[in-house]
Amino acid sequence: MARGGNVLGRGLAKAGRVALFLGRILGQAIPSLNHPRLLVAQIYNTGARSLIIVMLCGLFVGMVLGLQGYDLLQRFGSESALGVAAALGLVKELGPVITALLFAGRAGTSLTSEIGLMRATDQLTAMEMMAVDPVRRVVAPRFLGGIIAMPLLVAIFDVVGIYGAQLIGVGLLRVESGSFWSQMQSAVEMRDINEGLVKSVVFGVACSLMAVYEGFHAEPTAEGVGLATTRTVVISAVLTLLFDYLLTAAFLNS
Amino acid sequence: MSNTSRSLEIGTGMFVLLGFAALAFLSTQLPASGLQLHSAMDSYTVTARFDNVGDLKVGAPVTMAGVRIGRVTGVSFESSDYKALVTMAIERHYNQIPDDSDAAIQTSGLLGAKYVGLGAGGSTNYLANGTQIQFTQSALVLENLVNKFFANTAGKKDSDAK
Amino acid sequence: MPAEAVVEVRDLRYSIGGRAIFDGLNLTVRRGEITAVMGPSGTGKTTLLRLMMGAIRPDSGDLTIFGERPWRLGRAALYALRRRVGMLFQNGALMSDLDVFENVAFPLRAHTRLPEPLLRRLVLMKLQAVGLRGAAEFATGSLSGGMARRVALARAIVMDPELLIYDEPFAGLDPISLAVILRLIQTLNATLGITSIVVTHDVEEISQIAHSSFLLAGGKAAAHGTPAELRATEAPVVRQFMSGLPDGPMPFHVPAPDYREQLLGKD
Repeated sequence: MARGGNVLGRGLAKAGRVALFLGRILGQAIPSLNHPRLLVAQIYNTGARSLIIVMLCGLFVGMVLGLQGYDLLQRFGSESALGVAAALGLVKELGPVITALLFAGRAGTSLTSEIGLMRATDQLTAMEMMAVDPVRRVVAPRFLGGIIAMPLLVAIFDVVGIYGAQLIGVGLLRVESGSFWSQMQSAVEMRDINEGLVKSVVFGVACSLMAVYEGFHAEPTAEGVGLATTRTVVISAVLTLLFDYLLTAAFLNS
Repeated sequence: MSNTSRSLEIGTGMFVLLGFAALAFLSTQLPASGLQLHSAMDSYTVTARFDNVGDLKVGAPVTMAGVRIGRVTGVSFESSDYKALVTMAIERHYNQIPDDSDAAIQTSGLLGAKYVGLGAGGSTNYLANGTQIQFTQSALVLENLVNKFFANTAGKKDSDAK
Repeated sequence: MPAEAVVEVRDLRYSIGGRAIFDGLNLTVRRGEITAVMGPSGTGKTTLLRLMMGAIRPDSGDLTIFGERPWRLGRAALYALRRRVGMLFQNGALMSDLDVFENVAFPLRAHTRLPEPLLRRLVLMKLQAVGLRGAAEFATGSLSGGMARRVALARAIVMDPELLIYDEPFAGLDPISLAVILRLIQTLNATLGITSIVVTHDVEEISQIAHSSFLLAGGKAAAHGTPAELRATEAPVVRQFMSGLPDGPMPFHVPAPDYREQLLGKD
């Protein structure tokens, strides 16, 4: 019992520290825009370099959706609704969630190990000693870069996924092309797009924040950086799925 | 140094452009208000009035003998006779449809989408641009069917009991 | 008349997790002098630097640098203080994503709005001072340990600081690189009058150039004076350290149970 309380206490303490760190980052967010080059480099780092993996996985997920959706719908004779199933499934759920997990795995670990290495080689301390705020110089651009990159990656994932579903559905399984698109267009509403957009931003904040937090607070050893990288992925995944539930419920109720 | 930063900036720009293009696609192409995606076909317009169109959607196929010959381009309510006016675009090369053919709103599968099925009449005059199909059959609404079924069984029980 | 004190430490006490790092430390760094801070590993030399730079606060006692108590300063004032100090880290701590030139230019870009040609000249001058002007385009990853440390030194002096702190500048260097760094420390001090603090345990090297030495042991300054005075002193702690004796007040054996008992078992 005491052990459980201890874990809870540590969890709360960590949540508090992460929240405080977020406050510190936000405080330095505007000043960090004085170095736009840094932000551009980070959008490239987190976004452009994740493009291949996001498009590949989007294609495969879309194709699977095509197959599974067809299999499910044709039991009700509603294969023509495949476009609806694929679009809604991707835009509302699979796009934001899977992209976030991919982001945590590829960009998140990269951020954590990069910042962790700077911590381990005293680069961050050196900056402090040179009276340069490492949060402004190193952390904030990376955090903002991740937040900007995430919704874009999700949108790309969604589009590639829908085409993947069409590839299988219309191309392979002979679903009527007109119905595929027309039913999708009449069933998908702006609020579905909004839901996906809000989720992608929230997931982007969560994953980017955890990545930079763990890197910044890693133990300054090789082992410490490795552990921090693992924590980034695990906590990002859990947070993503938790927020997914909360946001889905919120959107359903409104 | 400036070479790599140049290509980095270009790469980032392309990524951001791609992302926004995808967002634009999702926002404009997908929702109900969006533009139609597939290519405009060479077609002529035909209308029909129904008592009940069910959930017939714009873009639904128009078929004859099971073959797709066009699509629904508009569904609106006519307050003059409280009926639904359905506008259809028939592909131009299907220009020998008798003008006394009937249009029925049918369901594809059990829970499937509604579509318009044309049944051939016997007239030697053909449907042309702007003409209206006179004989129509409304959609079968599931709830009405169920109510009817229960009403029938109840009636039967009563008559059996008597 | 002795020069004014740039750093004054009086009766400093600091502990981490129950272990006392400093237990009444007294230390003075005078302007324009090279002050050596020596001691065996783990005596808290790096902790002293962190206290000086305001990264941590002492439990009790006093520490002033340029007359200020660094842990009392707000962030802006603390940063202003740090701009007056140049620090050379043990492993150089260069920014891994910048080349040599950009690393040295880093403080200038961060704190000044110098026009590019002027900034370029300043950086090249500092690189020239450490003998690395020809390496300006090199990537950080391709530098040897000694060269990396020289670049870090150029970066430390680029803002013309009043105080230079060297944290283990000789650690892990070959004899030639070592001689280079030694000469640089001395030259910078002699020509620019920069007050220098050298934290090290390389007794031989630092004794050649230091004006004043402090030997830290047991959380206090076990001895202080000129290198010659320290070499001549009789105190066992100082003797052991200065002469490099394996056993003495710092015992060779870590406390352990009885040898015979542990080896042969209790009969």
